[in-house]
Amino acid sequence: MERPIIYAKNLTKRFGNFTAVDAISFEVGKGEIFGFLGANGAGKTTAIKMLIGLWKPTEGQAMVAGYDVYKQPEEIKRNIGYMSQRFSLYEDLTVQENIRFYAGIYGLSNQSIREKTDELIVKLGLEQVQNERIASLPLGWKQKLAFSVAIIHDPKIVFLDEPTGGVDPITRRQFWDLIYEASHKGITVFVTTHYMDEAEYCDRVSMMVDGRIEALDKPGALKVHYGVESMHDVFVKLARPEVE
Amino acid sequence: MRIIQFLVRKEFLQIFRNKGMLPIIFIMPVIQLVVLANAANFEIENLKLFFIDKDQSTLSRLLRSKMDGSNYFLLSGFGLSSQDGATALDRNQADLVIEIPSGFEKKLVRENTQKIQLVVNAIDGTKGALANFYALEVISQFNQEIRQDFQAINKVGVSPFNRLQVEYSHWFNPDLNYKTFMVPGILVLLVTMIGAFLSAMNIVREKEIGTIEQLNVTPIKKYQFITGKLLPFLILGLVELTIGFIIAKVVFDIPFVGSIFLIYGFAVIYLTLVLGLGLFISTFTETQQQAMFITWFFLVIFILMGGLFTAIENMPLWAQRITLFNPVRYFIEVVRMVMLKGSGLMDIKWHALIVFLYAVGVNGLAIYRYRKTV
Amino acid sequence: MKRFLAFVRKEFYHIFRDKRTLVILFGMPVAQIMLFGYAITNEIKDAKIAILDKSKDHLSKRLSEKILSSGYFVLEDYLNAEHEAEGIFQEGSVKMVLIIGEDFDENLQQNHTSHIQLLADATDPNTANTLINYTASIIRSFQSELNDHRSLPLTITPEVRMLYNPNLKSVFLFVPGLITVILMLVSAMMTSISITREKETGTMEVLLASPMQPLQVILAKVVPYLLLSFVNALAILILGYYVFGVPINGSLILLLLECILFILMALSLGILISTVTHTQQTALLISLMGLMLPTILLSGFIFPIENMPWILQMISHIIPAKWFIIVVKSIMLKGVGIGYFWKETLILVGFTLFFVILSVKKFNIRLA
Repeated sequence: MERPIIYAKNLTKRFGNFTAVDAISFEVGKGEIFGFLGANGAGKTTAIKMLIGLWKPTEGQAMVAGYDVYKQPEEIKRNIGYMSQRFSLYEDLTVQENIRFYAGIYGLSNQSIREKTDELIVKLGLEQVQNERIASLPLGWKQKLAFSVAIIHDPKIVFLDEPTGGVDPITRRQFWDLIYEASHKGITVFVTTHYMDEAEYCDRVSMMVDGRIEALDKPGALKVHYGVESMHDVFVKLARPEVE
Repeated sequence: MRIIQFLVRKEFLQIFRNKGMLPIIFIMPVIQLVVLANAANFEIENLKLFFIDKDQSTLSRLLRSKMDGSNYFLLSGFGLSSQDGATALDRNQADLVIEIPSGFEKKLVRENTQKIQLVVNAIDGTKGALANFYALEVISQFNQEIRQDFQAINKVGVSPFNRLQVEYSHWFNPDLNYKTFMVPGILVLLVTMIGAFLSAMNIVREKEIGTIEQLNVTPIKKYQFITGKLLPFLILGLVELTIGFIIAKVVFDIPFVGSIFLIYGFAVIYLTLVLGLGLFISTFTETQQQAMFITWFFLVIFILMGGLFTAIENMPLWAQRITLFNPVRYFIEVVRMVMLKGSGLMDIKWHALIVFLYAVGVNGLAIYRYRKTV
Repeated sequence: MKRFLAFVRKEFYHIFRDKRTLVILFGMPVAQIMLFGYAITNEIKDAKIAILDKSKDHLSKRLSEKILSSGYFVLEDYLNAEHEAEGIFQEGSVKMVLIIGEDFDENLQQNHTSHIQLLADATDPNTANTLINYTASIIRSFQSELNDHRSLPLTITPEVRMLYNPNLKSVFLFVPGLITVILMLVSAMMTSISITREKETGTMEVLLASPMQPLQVILAKVVPYLLLSFVNALAILILGYYVFGVPINGSLILLLLECILFILMALSLGILISTVTHTQQTALLISLMGLMLPTILLSGFIFPIENMPWILQMISHIIPAKWFIIVVKSIMLKGVGIGYFWKETLILVGFTLFFVILSVKKFNIRLA
């Protein structure tokens, strides 16, 4: 197997006495769709923020796209895309302006900005609203656009933090089609979610409970291991062992 | 460089799209300049004079009409007893009370000397002092006139009196137009306020809505980010200044003696400093409210100690030293010097140097404090 | 009642949690009164002047010395020729040039008259005027020295009494205004922002859905600010009194009552603002531009209203701060009783009622 594109060993983040992420270790291979699962408050967002160079870890090691999270956060940023839990496009700018802006700050040439913008707008079916402000779009459209903008510079990895929060099931399905498409292009996808049905779409998933990774494997293997029918049941078993 | 271009374009799009902010940026300053220039007026005229004449003689009436006829005083009332004067002062109906004692004229002629009472409302010390000064001047003039008349009539021979003739002239502002003094200062105030508030709230706003995180995961360099935030407001500030100059010229007819380029040149350095200060504030605040309050706090101090309303030379030495750290002070001085007196680059070289170093320092600090990784 | 107190407590938590705002809330009045008390003054001393002495005789030197030893002026430079004046003004620090005419002593001996010229930098007209006035009166007293204090026929001697503020301290003028501005800031601005914030974050609806009366909800929100403002006002009074000797000549009780009246007025204004705004930012801007600036500029705090053009004087009538400042000055400095400012007090009561009625109306419309 070639070198993992994300590598974490005993990665830890503490806030005062509170340990948000407790010595997690895992590897993600190139081109994988890696599901990072857990309940709200399990530490998923904190872990992501350490991996993308927004927060410094308290302890442990991590390499992303071949760069060290302590020493080379800026190199990491050049090679990744990120879509946060909070909405990250400018509400007061139009669809076109948002695309152009983000493409611009990633240093794309004018020529390719134009091409990419047209391509994206056609692909997402936003021709009618390309000059509308983001604020006026439905949430599902915004999410799809935010994802497309996050990978506009063809990063090696894209980190998605709860990308489908609050969206209806049909739009979620469409969203996952976009994720597959990106994966086919060779982009590694690191996605957090608390929708357990989405876990089924991932190549491998990790289950996070109270800051620790409690399980990590292919969804099928996990179900077999815990002897249950769905990822949801796997999660219930892990998260509330006392219920048994 | 291209990245900065994209950042700048984005800021402009946002500024011009915010229908609530546009009037605040462009109309408020105009209104403020016009209102402030008219309101901020220490010119003292039409002081309210209350005249108590217990003598009711020719001389006392002559003094009354002399006071009334001067430009400084407006006869607001007259009475016969001291109590009337005290009440008028308490009721705010008088700034100054003059009381002529009974037997004033007779005594003056007979004993050659006579006292009169002046009571000044001194709550506003400056106004009180001036009221006093003007009153004494009118009285002394009156005194001289009646003396001359008296000597002419009585043909009294007097040994020659040594006189020192004082002439005075007011340079740069011969009409003592207060607006000439205030408008350049208010211009500085407006440019400073708009610049500081907008820049202080800007980064915080991105923090509040969450877009800052998205920017922080891009490979933007810190200096690019800060420059991208600074440039749009710098341009806005210069536009604001231009509007201000036009109003100053057209509405208030303020003279412009010096080089306009010199002021613009200085304004660029100064604005960079003010905006850097705002950006610095926004790097350590969490909400727009906090940013606004902190900015307000510093602006109030800067403005009060900037020499806009009260001259810096009047402050105690320690306070004057503190004003050396006050950026507003330098710009106010420069605008007044260049606009009204025509001072040149050599006259303001120290101002420019200090503000330049200050700007470098503050912006360096803002770049340093702005953390992409925490 | 218990529920109400719990609400008030919650509001206090909000206020005390935000340390930065709190520091500013209490730091601002203290810093400002210190500035106004110590640093900001119109009193002139040590103004820089330059002297051009064309005679350089015994008498002209005596005059220069007399002027320089007055305490108002310090000598920056001696000039050699008149044309140097412009340059020295342009450099910026010299405010006045004193020119003593040629043959000063000799002219006086022979013709009994000599010439003095004063050039003032009138970019600041006030300073220029004051400097000239000071100098002129020094020269006048020099002149009477020259005449050996000869008594002249018909001499009127004015006796001057400076009422209310005998030492002409600027801080006397500023304390009443400062109290007003701070009360306005804390009461009107903070309440409007705090209520709008609850609207913005959606917690307002939760509160209104609780069994509390809407009126109680609002009251609970403003009580802490009432207390805060009151403490702030007291702090300024105490600092003014002990540090700067600003007296309270009238009744302290009356003063405090008037303060409470003004705070109530400001609070109801704050509530009114919050009923018409939806975001904190708008509330902030309305408060700053619509409240603070007029309060500072058009209330007579710094600039005398009488000097303004009539339209601004008209506008100043609808600024509550103007009336309150008159009341505070009357009580503190003039020491007069309610008989002298019952009209102003009634106007403040009127404002309060007006704002309360208007905001209750707005509030009900919103609920309905």
